[in-house]
Amino acid sequence: MTNVLSVRNLRFSYHDHHEALRGVSFDLCEGDKVALVGPNGAGKSTLMLHLNGILRGQGEVMVGGERLTRDNLPAIRAMVGLVFQNPDDQLFSPTVFEDVAFGPLHMGLPKDEVIARVEAALQAVRMSNYRDRMSHHLSVGEKKRIAIATVLSMKPQILVLDEPTAGLDPRARRTLINLLRDLPITMLVSTHDMRMVQELFPRTIVMDEGLIVADGRTEDILADEKFLNEHGLEKV
Amino acid sequence: MHYAPAPLHIPDGFLNVTVSAICWVITVIVIGMAVSRTNKSLGEKQVPLMGIMAAFIFAAQMINFPVAGGTSGHLLGGALAAIVLGPWAGMLVMTAVIAVQGLLFQDGGLLVMGANILNMGLLTAAIGYGLYRSVMNKSTGTKLAVAGVAAWLSVMAGALATALQLWLSGTSSLQTVTIAMLSVHALIGIGEALITVAALSFIFRTRPDLLGEGSVSAEGGRGWIAAGVVVSLLVVLLSPLASANPDGLERVATDLGFIEAGQAAPYEIIPNYTLPFLGETPLSTILAGAIGALIVLGIVVATGRSLQKKTS
Amino acid sequence: MHFDAFDRYHDTGSFIHRLDPRVKVVVTVAYILSNALLPDGAWTAFGLAWLFLLFASALSNLGPGFTFKRSFIALPFALAAVTVLFSIPGSPLSTFHFLFWNLTITDMGLLRFVSIVVRSWLSVQMAILLVATTRFPDIVHALEHLRVPAILTTIIAFLYRYLFVLVDEVFRLLRAREARSAAAPGSRSGGSAAWRARVAGNMAGQLFLRSYERSDRVYNAMLARGYTGRLNTIHPHEMHRMDYIVTVLALFIILLFQLIGRI
Ligand SMILES: Nc1ncnc2c1ncn2[C@@H]1O[C@H](COP(=O)(O)OP(=O)(O)OP(=O)(O)O)[C@@H](O)[C@H]1O
Ligand SMILES: [Mg+2]
Repeated sequence: MTNVLSVRNLRFSYHDHHEALRGVSFDLCEGDKVALVGPNGAGKSTLMLHLNGILRGQGEVMVGGERLTRDNLPAIRAMVGLVFQNPDDQLFSPTVFEDVAFGPLHMGLPKDEVIARVEAALQAVRMSNYRDRMSHHLSVGEKKRIAIATVLSMKPQILVLDEPTAGLDPRARRTLINLLRDLPITMLVSTHDMRMVQELFPRTIVMDEGLIVADGRTEDILADEKFLNEHGLEKV
Repeated sequence: MHYAPAPLHIPDGFLNVTVSAICWVITVIVIGMAVSRTNKSLGEKQVPLMGIMAAFIFAAQMINFPVAGGTSGHLLGGALAAIVLGPWAGMLVMTAVIAVQGLLFQDGGLLVMGANILNMGLLTAAIGYGLYRSVMNKSTGTKLAVAGVAAWLSVMAGALATALQLWLSGTSSLQTVTIAMLSVHALIGIGEALITVAALSFIFRTRPDLLGEGSVSAEGGRGWIAAGVVVSLLVVLLSPLASANPDGLERVATDLGFIEAGQAAPYEIIPNYTLPFLGETPLSTILAGAIGALIVLGIVVATGRSLQKKTS
Repeated sequence: MHFDAFDRYHDTGSFIHRLDPRVKVVVTVAYILSNALLPDGAWTAFGLAWLFLLFASALSNLGPGFTFKRSFIALPFALAAVTVLFSIPGSPLSTFHFLFWNLTITDMGLLRFVSIVVRSWLSVQMAILLVATTRFPDIVHALEHLRVPAILTTIIAFLYRYLFVLVDEVFRLLRAREARSAAAPGSRSGGSAAWRARVAGNMAGQLFLRSYERSDRVYNAMLARGYTGRLNTIHPHEMHRMDYIVTVLALFIILLFQLIGRI
């Protein structure tokens, strides 16, 4: 299987003091569905912001075999679809259509193609009839699904989701889990929802204090209660 | 909770076309400058910042506090916006706020929006930023004190400008409207000053970097000091003149042809509203009207074009 | 929580709702301009303008009282025009005593005052009709098509999107203040006005910082989707033949008001 994403020895600190990433390395293969877990402040969101070059730390990020540089930034951003933790940050346009169209438009696609992609992305998250709705009217669950559509419309090779089920009620959570299961795409998902991890992701990466402390089969990691407790996680 | 309109927003109907048009011209020129400045000097990060700051000003205007006798103080925000975002960005942000208030909530009219933007967005920003800029290198205490005075004065400037426009439109008599506007806003201005100072001192305590060297707040040039001082002086000089001794101002306005214009329409540049060579026939009247409309349309399109060129 | 009180759009799917937003913006502005241009006391023309408004209201299926009920928002401002009742020379209608003054209402003064109020009342109703029949994002698109600088329309679009988010935050802050400003029995709550202003100022400062940090995150979200400093937009609006016909017809009628008002 080909490596679609590899991170080597990544380090980063905010404002030159606290080191949020202290040497992180891992690989993602095509078709992998990987969970990223760890306590609050472990560095999950910070890591994700590096994967398409919004933050640039020391070390190496390779996407599709190419090293991330200033020149290939636009291409990389189209390949790595990043969905932010808070859907109100992700959905910044007045209407759903404009938001889902934002990515394709800024990739420079022609108008017809943009519209076709919007339709397809909304279809994929089963929100086709929300096209003309205004974002501020949506429920949290709807916003989360539209947020995923806003990157699907860019046809990314990797989907990176930051806490997609946080703040959802059971039904919205279930809808979202089903949605993620059915999406045929490589994904890295950070979460505190260990039951979702168990259900959905064969592989899990555990982070704590800016380091990867475990990377392996979800079954094995979830079985080790002592290890989970050490890193502020709970057995399902 | 509903949206409560503020007293400085002039509705349509209260300013005549001449005064509205003059205000629009001034506003469009200043905004045009602001657009080209922000396009040139500010990074792409500025666009979401200004957008969300506009929402902030709008929302902050809803934070009120009870003063006395059932009245409550709240923020207008022109001075605050200019101080934290820099003058040009502050003006654009206030323009957006006033545009949305007029368009969406009918708080302030559309034809008179130029005047409302001028009064509440441009004058307030010039005073707020200009005075603040003059003490940029002084201690925090001085900066806060000057910001407070500037915030108060900015509200007075908006009130005075509103009063003058109402008078020039033949909607109010000069003395009454000036005294009424200024005395009401002398109080409202105190609320503005208190909130502005408290908000700024909060920012100084928590994120001094946002107001320090190299921040957007420090980007306005020294020319702003002059602009702030000139507008402030105008307020200080014109206020007593208009409220205590209106005859002088009235004579000036009459000489400039404003007072009669209160009732007349500006397109009578076409004499008697007919075309001379066609005589006084209905056809002549209709054609004259059509030509008038075309001229207005031409001006609008030309202004739009030139603005468009500036932005692209 | 949503503050739907802010939504001015009322979808009835009518003919007017389906018109291109540009048409509605242009006609509304022309209508308001026309009212401002009509001379004082042009009652026939004002009456016809009112009929025009009623006709547009009827076409939009909003019901006859819709704009009327909301039309009084500008009325308090009429106070600013009260002085013309007494200050414009004309034949006296009635005199009364107020505090220290003897005030005489003149016929010309009354004419002018009523004309100002009528202009304002008609104009504000047309503006209400515009936002009731056009979604705000569409109005912003119309402004963009009508050559308002992109940076301004973008700020307005952001303002509209985050207005709801930030107003929610304001209400959370206000509620938190309320929950904590209890008073001991017999004592006045809340301290001095200056102290209350400080609390309000701190809330504004807090809100500012949250908004500032949010703008960072939003900027990141834009970067992640390919934003490089130039904003591209597409709007699914197209002017159809009906839109052109309505524009020309409406502008022609408005022009007629001018002629009638001047005869
Ligand atoms: N913008 C920022 N400025 C300064 N420090 C930050 C910033 N964002 C995060 N940090 C710090 O970096 C560290 C890692 O934070 P990060 O948000 O990546 O954690 P996380 O694993 O996503 O946590 P959570 O589960 O709470 O989302 C934390 O100590 C945090 O305080
Ligand atoms: Mg996080």
